[in-house]
Amino acid sequence: MTVQVTFWGSLLAIVSAIVAALGRLSSVPALRWLAITYIEVFRGTSLLVQLFWLYFVLPMPPFNIEMSAFAVAILGLGLHIGAYGAEVMRGAIRSVAKGQYEACQALNMSPFKRFYRIVLPQALLAAIPPGTNLLIELLKNTSLVSLITLSDLAFRARQLDQATFMTLEIFALTLLLYFLLAQVINLGMRMLERRLSRGRMQGGLS
Amino acid sequence: MPQPIVRFTDVTKRYGNLTVLNNLNLDVEAGEKVAIIGPSGSGKSTLLRALMTLEDIDEGIITVDDEPLTHMPARDGRLVRANARHQRKVRGKIGMVFQSFNLFPHMSALQNVMEAPVQVLGLDRKEARERACELLDMVGLGEKHDHYPSQLSGGQQQRVAIARALAMRPKVMLFDEVTSALDPELCGEVLSVIRRLGAEHSLTMLMVTHQMGFAREFADRICFFHQGRIHEQGTPAELFGNPREDRTRCFLSAVNEAQ
Ligand SMILES: Nc1ncnc2c1ncn2[C@@H]1O[C@H](COP(=O)(O)OP(=O)(O)OP(=O)(O)O)[C@@H](O)[C@H]1O
Ligand SMILES: [Mg+2]
Repeated sequence: MTVQVTFWGSLLAIVSAIVAALGRLSSVPALRWLAITYIEVFRGTSLLVQLFWLYFVLPMPPFNIEMSAFAVAILGLGLHIGAYGAEVMRGAIRSVAKGQYEACQALNMSPFKRFYRIVLPQALLAAIPPGTNLLIELLKNTSLVSLITLSDLAFRARQLDQATFMTLEIFALTLLLYFLLAQVINLGMRMLERRLSRGRMQGGLS
Repeated sequence: MPQPIVRFTDVTKRYGNLTVLNNLNLDVEAGEKVAIIGPSGSGKSTLLRALMTLEDIDEGIITVDDEPLTHMPARDGRLVRANARHQRKVRGKIGMVFQSFNLFPHMSALQNVMEAPVQVLGLDRKEARERACELLDMVGLGEKHDHYPSQLSGGQQQRVAIARALAMRPKVMLFDEVTSALDPELCGEVLSVIRRLGAEHSLTMLMVTHQMGFAREFADRICFFHQGRIHEQGTPAELFGNPREDRTRCFLSAVNEAQ
């Protein structure tokens, strides 16, 4: 459960970070405000309260939106971490040299192609170190989803503890499992970094 | 009477209250090689950047191949500011090489050259690859297809950038001080590529340069820029041998002293 929530939550977080960062940098005021509202609301309030809203408040009138606890966990964590990620992505996109944009224009690329072929690969590379932190943060925050009835790793550990009273062993194992999961994220991001930085000089951007 | 391929008519560009291009007029014939020289800050780069649509102009009109670049005809026949779509259509005839190369750092030399033909012109990858290989061979980088920009010298990077611009088959090529960021011994290889381009293709070329020797031997016409206007122009023999204006003489003797 923890693994699944972390995986899908991370994907959602990355996508919403990119979309929100683009909105934030957009020249259309409405899009900019929409992105700022999203970022500030999700950054400025507690994740737990966000999960409660999605799970307990939305199913009631006038919203009447009912979602499974699993969907709520992914949505809540993804959007929450995505809001932090948006600011990371914004900085990363702005770190791409102006000359890259000019080269794209001289080659007559459309803004869309320019973004996803040229700017995004360079921005993602710059966003990886802070992005890794955020995804590990997301992993650790999954322990909150037991409060909306999901049995995640931490919740299971407590259940087991109550049943067996092998407190030390169980929580040592829990710690180890979280640590291992974090290392998996680390490794994944390293691999992505290696791919994106093919041919780059070490430590150099553009 | 052949129509000029590039025409600037009364073009003015301002930054705040600094006038960078001042009622500029310039016609360039198809196939002509024009070198633009002049003091720093006189608006030479701005001229090329306006033609590449990297800068908007405040007044006047630029036409390329009889089509307005900065403007387009509205439904009632009047000319209005061009929208992005119109600019994309006309801009395709122009290519540009920058002082700072601006290669895509995450792509190999070959990918840099293939990128726009595949993504913009919609060529299939095989055809684009063949063309890119030919172009890289032409600029003398036949061995370096798979090198990334960080693995190439400045002169090699600039030659990739030339190949990349040529891959879009522009009618007009713009060169903005393409050797200024290079060590003197690397300039030669880039200039000889440009020389070869001039000889082999009926390409129109506009180049801003501080290399008077190259301008003199290569260009059909030299334009001396001063305060956002073409102060004096003529064949290399006229302009270098017998400049009419004081300012031109001043500039040329200052450059000669420096070199
Ligand atoms: N984005 C900008 N904002 C304000 N002023 C600018 C901007 N870009 C250029 N300028 C000014 O416009 C003037 C002309 O610039 P331009 O780059 O065309 O000069 P240049 O002739 O190419 O000079 P150089 O030989 O040094 O390259 C300069 O005085 C410069 O300071
Ligand atoms: Mg310049």
